[in-house]
Amino acid sequence: MWTTKGLTRGILTTSYPKSRRQAPGARPPRPVATPTSQAGQAAVGVCPTGALELRGNHVAVDLGRCIDCQRCRRGDAKVEWADESQVALRLSPADLPGKAFRHSLHVRVVDAGDGGETLRELKQLTSPYYAVHRLGIFFTPTPRDADVLLVVGPVTQGARRALLDTYEAMPEPKWVMAVGSAAVSGVPFGPSFTTVAGVGEVLPVDVVVPGDPPPPLAILDGLLSLMGRVPAEEMLS
Amino acid sequence: MSDLPITSNAAVLAALSEILPRDSVLREGDPAEVETSLERLPSAVNAIVRNGYALAGIVTEWEDAGWLYRYAFYCASGPGFVHLIVHGKPGDALASISPYVFSADWHEREIEDLFELPFEGHPLLGDFVLHNEDWPEGVAPMRPGYGRDEPKPPRSGRPWRPQRFVRAPGAFSMSVGPIYSGISETAQFRLESEGEQILHATPRLFYKFRGLEKIAEGQDAEDVLLLAERLNGTSAVAHAVGFAQAAEAIAQVAPPPRAAALRLVFAELERLRSHLCTIEDLVESTGLQVPTAMLSSLVEDLLRLSGRVAGHRYLFGLVRAGGLALDIGGAEAADIIKTSREATARLLRIVEQLAYDNGFLDRVEQVGTLPVPRALHHGVVGPVGRASGLGKDLRVIQPYGAYRDREVRIALADEGDAFARFRVLAAEAAESQHLMEDVLNSLPAGPVLTPWRPGAGTALGWSESPLGAAFHWLRLSQAGTVLRWRIMPPSFTNWPALATVVEGAAFQDFPIILASFGLSIAESDR
Repeated sequence: MWTTKGLTRGILTTSYPKSRRQAPGARPPRPVATPTSQAGQAAVGVCPTGALELRGNHVAVDLGRCIDCQRCRRGDAKVEWADESQVALRLSPADLPGKAFRHSLHVRVVDAGDGGETLRELKQLTSPYYAVHRLGIFFTPTPRDADVLLVVGPVTQGARRALLDTYEAMPEPKWVMAVGSAAVSGVPFGPSFTTVAGVGEVLPVDVVVPGDPPPPLAILDGLLSLMGRVPAEEMLS
Repeated sequence: MSDLPITSNAAVLAALSEILPRDSVLREGDPAEVETSLERLPSAVNAIVRNGYALAGIVTEWEDAGWLYRYAFYCASGPGFVHLIVHGKPGDALASISPYVFSADWHEREIEDLFELPFEGHPLLGDFVLHNEDWPEGVAPMRPGYGRDEPKPPRSGRPWRPQRFVRAPGAFSMSVGPIYSGISETAQFRLESEGEQILHATPRLFYKFRGLEKIAEGQDAEDVLLLAERLNGTSAVAHAVGFAQAAEAIAQVAPPPRAAALRLVFAELERLRSHLCTIEDLVESTGLQVPTAMLSSLVEDLLRLSGRVAGHRYLFGLVRAGGLALDIGGAEAADIIKTSREATARLLRIVEQLAYDNGFLDRVEQVGTLPVPRALHHGVVGPVGRASGLGKDLRVIQPYGAYRDREVRIALADEGDAFARFRVLAAEAAESQHLMEDVLNSLPAGPVLTPWRPGAGTALGWSESPLGAAFHWLRLSQAGTVLRWRIMPPSFTNWPALATVVEGAAFQDFPIILASFGLSIAESDR
């Protein structure tokens, strides 16, 4: 009986990445590099995490440190915000999974101090809108089955051991993804007495997905770039 | 915040005057502040609790070479806060009040662990926030001398030997976590059993301890508000509003009427989405995949709505001390009304169908029952409390912002089982949609931000987050930097109750009970 009810809304699933068209609100804009102006210089001053930096004749954005606080979007201090911003940034272009993983990737998610929002976005990936199973991406409960360790959160001291144990338990070859600005650089929590500055301090990271939290499509881009199905960009700065 | 009518604070002060010396009332009005000596603390607490007050939390501060303990209580039936203040010299041990007020239990354990301040008569101190395997004995990170960037002392490697409660032949203990299931927060549950039933559960949280209260110290209040949003990213608006209200009370500014109204709209939008998520998680735990998928698409509808109208799917960067960072126009207001109305209608249809689905009912009825007396004993807050007959809702009993001029209908049930929580969540979601629409249809005009100038002072801010009563104690310096920020979130209050509810349940009911409470671990770990 549920099956018929489930059909009533029709097909919601996006054809992403075949079509790059995105529904409004699915992936809100992010700050982008902007030619230097007075507003841009002021924006560097109001950025709480140092994600904006004056570099030559433009204001550069380090998305890995951006926590989406939107201070440089409204008011007098301003940089440009654009829809299509870079998402999946590859740290080590070599040794990425080969053809064998192009259509099947098993992911173990580990929470190392996330506020809950990034986990929710990961969960949304399995909702009918994104249905990542159609691309051969599966979240697996056991690290023994996992190809990718997807880490969220800045890595707290308490979660660190559990994280490393999970990594140890995974068979070779294995890859690590840091999802969310906290996982990328620790902001705005670490480094501190109880957190480190992101996953990169404790594990070799292959793909980072910045954002606080990165929307499902950005995380999907990260996974697809690992599978070699969308081109990934080099990490800036 | 002090312009609220005073109802029963007077009754509490009268009761306290029989126990305490005449000069112990430091401040009448709301919040009332009463000082007590170490010896009289338990009887004073008893007098307050007997007047129908609930514990908001315990705040520990270092002041004038001594410790200042602030026991914040709020009236559970009408407006009014009473703060009980104890000055302790270094080396003094306070009497544990958890025998009378069970919700003080975790506060005392936390203070003992992070400040190394003892509580006499508490049965279970030690390994709590700082896990024994990771941290050596004697580390007190919340003390003033401990630096924010202090390098972590080397791992102690002491094994954790939790107290075993079940001592029967063949009894065993099973660990769930810290990393478990598909996409879940990090925490461990030690379940003790003789076979099929869970006889005792020990939740072990704080794997995700980010030390928010510590790293906030010395930061600008406006930057700490960003931390408040990220405390629990799915209740960002509620915590940001609670924090902002504390900052506004210190600076004695009020947000403009339009900002107050819009704060209500976004807080209710967040509640609707959060309740949807909890319902989805509950339905998922019962193994019904189709309604799970239908519900998760509704969650996505609301996330996209937030992304469209506020530029952020979780409404970060919206609330500021003094109002809001963003105004919305007529098109956005219409979008909120239309999308949330549709999502709520769809939700209620699914809820209706689930209420007649035997497969669902068999798994949630009389499962994870929190009886009314036990809920009262634990001081449970939020929808979990309202499903166990406790009508405490800060929007009603301690109204703030635009809730002062609105009537919020509280959803109540008294069975206390997972199905009651499910029904309460659904009813509250519908009420949130109703409130949003009501406010958006009569939105006052004007600016959305009052300039907020920092100043020295202290205040308690509060809000009803989707998970329940959230309190933020704030002490600011003249320059507006945070000297002390104490977070008292609803999940921290409710976790101990969850542990007792699990007792007697079958193993396969554990995920269902966990999902029906919908608690956040990040929020509790801080």
